[in-house]
Amino acid sequence: MNKLKNKSNVIQEYGSQIALVFLLLLLSIISPEFRTIQNILSLLRQSSVNGLIAFGMTVVILTGGIDLSVGSSLALTALLGAGMLKGGVPAPLAILIVLIAGIVLGFLNGVMVVNGKIQPFIATLVSMTAFRGIAMIFSDGRPISRLGDSKLLLFLGQGQFLGIPVPIWIMIILFLIFRFFLQNTVIGRDTYATGSNYKAAALAGISIAKVKYLVYAVSGFTAAFAGLILVSRLGSAQPTLGSGYELDAIAAVAVGGTSMNGGRGKILGTLTGVIIIASLNNGMNIIGISSYYQQVVKAIVILLAVLSDSNR
Amino acid sequence: MHIEMTNISKLFGTNQVLFDANFELQDGEIHALMGENGAGKSTLMKILTGVHQKNSGKILIDGKEVTYKHPIEAEKNGIVFVYQELSSALDMSVEENLFLGREITKKFSVVDKKAMCATTNEVLNRLGLEINPNETLGNLSIGQQQLVEIAKALLVNTKVIILDEPTSALTDKEVDKLFSVVRLLKSQGVSFIYISHRMEEIFELCDRVSVLRDGRYIGTKKISDTNKDDLIKMMIGRDLGNMFQKEIIPIGKPVLEVKNLTKHGLFKNISFTVHSGEVLGFAGLMGAGRTEIMKTVFGSFKADNGEIILDGKRINTKHYCPGDAKNAGIGYIPEDRKEEGLMIEKSIKGNIGITNYDLITSNGFIIDKNKENDLSKKAIKELSIKCTGINHLADNLSGGNQQKVVFAKWLYTNPKVLILDEPTRGVDVGAKQEIYSLITKLVKNGAAVIMVSSDLPEVLGMSDRIMVIHEGTIGGVINKDVATQKNIMTLATGGTINE
Ligand SMILES: Nc1ncnc2c1ncn2[C@@H]1O[C@H](COP(=O)(O)OP(=O)(O)OP(=O)(O)O)[C@@H](O)[C@H]1O
Ligand SMILES: [Mg+2]
Repeated sequence: MNKLKNKSNVIQEYGSQIALVFLLLLLSIISPEFRTIQNILSLLRQSSVNGLIAFGMTVVILTGGIDLSVGSSLALTALLGAGMLKGGVPAPLAILIVLIAGIVLGFLNGVMVVNGKIQPFIATLVSMTAFRGIAMIFSDGRPISRLGDSKLLLFLGQGQFLGIPVPIWIMIILFLIFRFFLQNTVIGRDTYATGSNYKAAALAGISIAKVKYLVYAVSGFTAAFAGLILVSRLGSAQPTLGSGYELDAIAAVAVGGTSMNGGRGKILGTLTGVIIIASLNNGMNIIGISSYYQQVVKAIVILLAVLSDSNR
Repeated sequence: MHIEMTNISKLFGTNQVLFDANFELQDGEIHALMGENGAGKSTLMKILTGVHQKNSGKILIDGKEVTYKHPIEAEKNGIVFVYQELSSALDMSVEENLFLGREITKKFSVVDKKAMCATTNEVLNRLGLEINPNETLGNLSIGQQQLVEIAKALLVNTKVIILDEPTSALTDKEVDKLFSVVRLLKSQGVSFIYISHRMEEIFELCDRVSVLRDGRYIGTKKISDTNKDDLIKMMIGRDLGNMFQKEIIPIGKPVLEVKNLTKHGLFKNISFTVHSGEVLGFAGLMGAGRTEIMKTVFGSFKADNGEIILDGKRINTKHYCPGDAKNAGIGYIPEDRKEEGLMIEKSIKGNIGITNYDLITSNGFIIDKNKENDLSKKAIKELSIKCTGINHLADNLSGGNQQKVVFAKWLYTNPKVLILDEPTRGVDVGAKQEIYSLITKLVKNGAAVIMVSSDLPEVLGMSDRIMVIHEGTIGGVINKDVATQKNIMTLATGGTINE
């Protein structure tokens, strides 16, 4: 009896990981091209942008919120960075400013949610629209390219370390940091508590406001970081960059088993969700499934993942 | 309707909570179901109505074996469960709530508002309730919400109504109202299963009583053939002994002083002092403003005026929040455990952790899993929380055991002042006694305790002094040696006592 229960618990707990393994096996059997190391690495590299954004999204969702503005924040900060680089600002400084700008944009969301008492969906819908608009104005609707040949910038998106692309390293490191904070620190507990029952959390002496500022700022930060990787890979930034990315990130979080009501979920789940979605995209491209059908398949996978998760 | 449940067993996972339990309900009676927290009362009733499925046993209704798969089925057959934790749509109107899921419709599924309002009025009248069908449910008092829930039962052809601790959040007046409704329905042939921890109610209202202990059926008695001590013995398996574990403790220096605390519309000019080693009781009618006063002292509400002085130091109330209060050494156990006390979907461990970071981290930041586990194990042991272990979800604990978890959250923070808001609501006699001895232990160690309670015997039994609050002001202060239920009630209703 006990063993049985444990078994079902394991499936419960690691459902999305098991699904990922099956998906990878399936795609590997169907397509020899898919199962090459080269392809797996490129798949992971492609997933890193969504991965970073989804990490930030996870902590916001854990508090019971949502951040629709990530795609727009990404565009705005990327343009800012590109503009600075083009204007001759040294890359390390430009990168630092981009990351700080991301934090500031996220913090603004936090201010709307906490001080303005606006519901997160609406608050970040406002900033999503506003940031995109400002990005358009700032760039006059045109891409900013020819950003110089800073080694550091190139390294972020195109470099390799120990044979593995740098964006993958960034994703892994951020994953470990997020996991550590969520699982092992007081801040992590406060984040879960806020989403679980904010009244009880407040009466336990937790500052809900601080937690919310923090998670939105973190989400802004990861969006900006993801933007840097994109700019490095593309060698340019344009005002439409990252549109729709918020939905990919939310999908990854959902597939990873995090409750949209907050309070429950894991960063490992999100990482898994990110890779599931990336594998689907990549695998279906290789196999040659038309992009129309790809959408439908993706939708089905997301639906199945969410249905199979009893934690909903 | 005659119900007979025999040899019911139930396991949640590997945790067996009912062992061959029996229960029998006769036509037209009010049958009390009693037992300690976690004895399995709610579970047994949930099995009857199909919320949970039994593992073994038999349910006969009017001689025919039945197994309901879903509460809707039970409802259709005339058995309605009014839950311990109300489950209504608070943003919707009374009428909408009554008809939720069984709306009267015209052609094309258009709801027939007129017909529903008329029926609502009729049902409310039948119960003698003056409630506007269009009022938003959330605006009603808990007592009225409870009555609406019962009114719901009248829409279907109900023969049995199960009330699970219906009075734990009601004022005395509301309890009277509820009882008169119950008696009215009884006279119309409805029978009741009545779960409660309040002895007086059982003796006032019920015809027979059945007792469960640790998931086992102990026995059934006619109310006229039993008494309080007898029932307690059946419930806990021993004599209770001294209920209030009150000891004479020398009163120390003042710890918390509150001066002229005012919040417009809620309370004004509240001043009091609690000393170390003292239990200061706060009595009053429900809605008198006691909870609001305590939440203000704890920083959850902002005061408009007044001072809070802790250990001789004035607290700056401008940016005062619960975090500050906690750091200063004040603890607050809220009255509504589900809404404000617990994270219902988290484990015992997770719930106890969030107020005790000092104890479960090594440097105030990184959680030490061993310390965390140990703390919860200690709490489970010291408060005898009935559970499967530190990972038991709060939601799956019985009501009284949930209350103990909320208590445990603050017990280990070593508060200088601990504010308890209705600390024993929904708690069984044995656990009450345990909580009282915990309170005594706290004050013995020099803490000051403020105890807000609507349970007069408890206020009288535990307090050194009693502040009586009447409509947001201090009605009077009574010393323990002269306090009686009568003079507390006089002050609580705005009267004066002549010495
Ligand atoms: N869904 C569940 N999953 C696991 N355990 C449960 C579940 N529901 C109840 N239990 C356990 O079953 C036992 C009986 O609980 P129940 O709610 O029936 O007690 P009760 O007699 O109603 O107590 P109280 O007076 O405190 O409300 C408890 O130990 C509780 O932890
Ligand atoms: Mg119960």
